[in-house]
Amino acid sequence: MSDKTEVKLSTMISGETAIFKDVTVGDGLRTRLAAMGMFTNVEITIVSNSPRGPFVVNVKGSKIALGRRMAEKIVVIKK
Amino acid sequence: MSRKINVAIAGNPNSGKTTIFNAMTGGHQHVGNYPGVTVEKREGTCTRDDLEINIVDLPGTYSLTAYTTEELITRNYIIDEHPDVVVDIVDSSNIERNLFMATQLMEMNVPLVLVFNMSDIARQRGLVFDTDKLSSFFGAPIVMTVGNKSEGIDEIVSIIVETAFAGPAVVTSSITYGQEIEEEITKIEAALDIEAELVRKYGKRWLAIKLLEWDKEIVDKGHSDKVLSLVETSREHLRKVCGDQPQTLIADRRYGYISGACQEAVKSTTEMRHDMSDRVDSVLTNRVFGLPIFICLMYIVFQLTFSLGKYPMGWLESLFGWLSVFVTANWPGPQDSQILSLIVDGVIGGVGGVIVFLPNILLLFLAIAILEDSGYMSRAAFIMDQIMHKIGLHGKSFIPMLIGFGCSVPAIMATRILENRRSRLTTMMVIPLFSCGARLPIYALMIPAFFEPRMRGPVLLLIYFIGIVLAIVCAKLLRITLFKGETIPFVMELPPYRLPTARGVIIHMWHRGWMYLKKAGTIILGISIILWAATTYPQIDDSKLAGLSDEAAQTVQIQHSAVGRIGTTLEPVMKPLGFDWRVSTALVGAFAAKEVFVSQMAIMYSMGETDGRSEALRQHLTADYTPLQGFCIMIFCLISMPCVATIAMTRQESGNWRWALFQGGALTALAYVVTLTVYQAGLRIII
Repeated sequence: MSDKTEVKLSTMISGETAIFKDVTVGDGLRTRLAAMGMFTNVEITIVSNSPRGPFVVNVKGSKIALGRRMAEKIVVIKK
Repeated sequence: MSRKINVAIAGNPNSGKTTIFNAMTGGHQHVGNYPGVTVEKREGTCTRDDLEINIVDLPGTYSLTAYTTEELITRNYIIDEHPDVVVDIVDSSNIERNLFMATQLMEMNVPLVLVFNMSDIARQRGLVFDTDKLSSFFGAPIVMTVGNKSEGIDEIVSIIVETAFAGPAVVTSSITYGQEIEEEITKIEAALDIEAELVRKYGKRWLAIKLLEWDKEIVDKGHSDKVLSLVETSREHLRKVCGDQPQTLIADRRYGYISGACQEAVKSTTEMRHDMSDRVDSVLTNRVFGLPIFICLMYIVFQLTFSLGKYPMGWLESLFGWLSVFVTANWPGPQDSQILSLIVDGVIGGVGGVIVFLPNILLLFLAIAILEDSGYMSRAAFIMDQIMHKIGLHGKSFIPMLIGFGCSVPAIMATRILENRRSRLTTMMVIPLFSCGARLPIYALMIPAFFEPRMRGPVLLLIYFIGIVLAIVCAKLLRITLFKGETIPFVMELPPYRLPTARGVIIHMWHRGWMYLKKAGTIILGISIILWAATTYPQIDDSKLAGLSDEAAQTVQIQHSAVGRIGTTLEPVMKPLGFDWRVSTALVGAFAAKEVFVSQMAIMYSMGETDGRSEALRQHLTADYTPLQGFCIMIFCLISMPCVATIAMTRQESGNWRWALFQGGALTALAYVVTLTVYQAGLRIII
């Protein structure tokens, strides 16, 4: 479907919403993300994404800052 | 007879865990470290009737996996210490994520109490809880609280007591992981029958789930090959059938359970709006203003610590000065008594040297407590992360480094804000390279002696700059050698801004101060006395001092002392750096405190201990040394062996003498190499 494309979280811009799909990191970090509320099918809102530095997402009401490298490893479905 | 129960408090970071702990225990608490790790252990007590309740505030964690040290500590504490009750503090305005840990605690089969904290914020956000239903879903009583207003604290205590004496919990509900996973759990459980020892300790189901999740710590518990190969097969099977890692599937199920429970028992009456925190963040973490605001705040912290701290430090110095004079004046025996010297120069000097840092430490930790409790600290890390990441450190490392320009002692203590041990040790090791305030008197003496006025500013800057560059290089080196390991990608919660409570901030500050006095203080005092002895003994024969002035006698005495002998012995080694026995001896003495170098040099030139006559001392220096040698002395003072207090602090904070000795040794070696290079290169260029 054209409106449900998989993209890297890092390409999203502020205010956009996406569904968490997968993350290409080791198991430990994956569990950590899950514990912080980021796991499959969770809705993520991008709070801020500036060209440099980490960016901030809102997951289930809490704000989480992610490093850029981290954001590049997270695959989401753009809403 | 008084009865006792043990209670552990667990919960997510920023759930208000420590606030609840403070409210329950009041002032009755003490802070220590968990053995072998640099994580703080806070314990306290409260009483209810004749019952004494011991409470441990476990580190804040998001889950109970084996991913971070904090998680392991929390988990192992619960398993090994068998607390009578575990209290899980839940941020009720962010219920789903916070309950994740509750699901894991449920599985550990511990008597659990759930505290829904910040219920006022949840109410503002329009959340209504059916606590009876939630309580049956999670198999634990629920207490609603507002920690920062101390609401509901009494009720927590009552429920804890009730739960502790209710006997073994009847498991009313448990999470089921769906047919596929449950089948595998059953298979593993059956195989675990042969490992009676482990099953008794951890419980069969919990062990099976942890194995299926391939929890590093549990996997390495010495399972039989049969069990492990079965687990491997199960994991492979799940991967194939469900197309995902078993641990992800399990986490998904846990969240599924939570969201199911919440759908039934939590009503949201209003849509969530953008709150105050978002508006504050749009300024404080702004792309343009974020960094300048951060730098301004850091400047304020620095000023508060050192400029404001200067006054009480001055008072303390005068107090100890007065005490020395008082003791000397009222000494019943002869004035050249060895015991008097020990008391005045050794003990009073040593204790004074410890206590004099206290205002700095209290003020610094006051500032850090405010930054942390308000929620700004994680923003600061976020702002600095991009820059610090390049040298393999965490954004927060910036704060202790900055403090290092004031004094290494509070700076090393400030590394406590770093969660990752590797980052923390790296930061600790390089902190002495940020030229501290005590080295300034050395530069202030040397620079005017060797450099013309227009060069003085740039030379001073150059010294600081060399320190910073070396710190960056060393941090980078340490991160790719000794403290190797993935730089943990930056993932951090930005908690909502909150007004810090006075009680929390003061308790925090007080504990840090006390810990400094108790732990580092005793080590500093001990080494100070040893150094005093090393400059006083062996004593020279009075006959050899006949006819000499007091100042000249002092020079001869220090030459004769252990320190002087070490200095003289070191001369051949120090020669290639351009240092003679005088400089070497003064450097050994400067181990007590960097600024002692100045007074030691004065003694070397028979000018007494006063550094007020620095102009005369400078003339001696100008006559005896070249500007290159002067510069090399400063470089060496900058890099080499940190002072006693720093070494003691590193020992204390790293939990190990090894790191303290490594720090001293490596920095001295680095100082030697750098100074040697500068001096030898300088000689060839100048001539």
